[in-house]
Amino acid sequence: MPTYDAVNIGDELASITKTPGRLQLVQYAAGSGDFNPLHYDADFPQAKAIGDNIVHGRMKYASIGQVASDWLAHTGTIRSISCQYRGMDLQGMTFVCKGVVKDKRIEDGAKIVELELWTEAANGQKTTPGSAIIILNA
Amino acid sequence: MADSFEITDAMRSAIGIEGPQWPVEFTTTGIRSFARGVGYTDPVYFDVEVAKAAGYASLPAPPTYGGIPVFIPGKCDNTYGFPMGGNARVEHGLKNLLDGGTEYTYVRVPVAGETLLQSSKVADLEVKTTKSLGTMLLVTSEGTFVDSTGVVVMTTRGQAIYY
Repeated sequence: MPTYDAVNIGDELASITKTPGRLQLVQYAAGSGDFNPLHYDADFPQAKAIGDNIVHGRMKYASIGQVASDWLAHTGTIRSISCQYRGMDLQGMTFVCKGVVKDKRIEDGAKIVELELWTEAANGQKTTPGSAIIILNA
Repeated sequence: MADSFEITDAMRSAIGIEGPQWPVEFTTTGIRSFARGVGYTDPVYFDVEVAKAAGYASLPAPPTYGGIPVFIPGKCDNTYGFPMGGNARVEHGLKNLLDGGTEYTYVRVPVAGETLLQSSKVADLEVKTTKSLGTMLLVTSEGTFVDSTGVVVMTTRGQAIYY
């Protein structure tokens, strides 16, 4: 449970390892409303051209949000969260969702922590680099 | 892949025009479904009593969850569920699409039971050239979610890459 005084720049957040297969991607499609067959239909022409179905970029965005949410444990709020989609992850492949504390500061009395967040493919590529601004309660 | 591409005055005229509002629902079922799809195990996103104990009125929207637009056949895109005609159209003729990036900014976290009204607009157009995709058009959109009294709850910013 993070508190402003206990948080240090450079602190690593607990990482989450994911290997989403088509079942998980169908579940994400249902939850998000994004039913692009590129993400679950092996016969979809674009998936065939790429070599397999690809993980929704937004699922990886949500997953770096999960890293922030798990760390925050509802002891504050996320003011903003952003990411860029830099690389594809194929279904059935493992990627790791990671985070680190980049900065902390007090603005107008608000205890602000800035997080760097990303998903990392097996080859080390940061396929979804992002960041979040957190306001801690304590 | 386009060899060359220019932003016309007609394309530029779409910038800044706010589309119509559309209702977006945050429900317990919808939030559970999203949290399950992402792979959450945090009970706050699944169990209303646990959510209340954590200080929320009901299940909170997980980070990056934008609710589900009310689906009306014929008025919403059947693949993505979004209302058609939400943004002013940019007639660019490019066929391929990639998602470039997304940002959500919260005034507060939406909770289950709320219906927000979302509108969006094209905020910017930019042409870029890369080795892998050739010449491409970057369309930056901004979305605004307000509550029933018109107060802003959250805003989004996204970049679509057409090539």
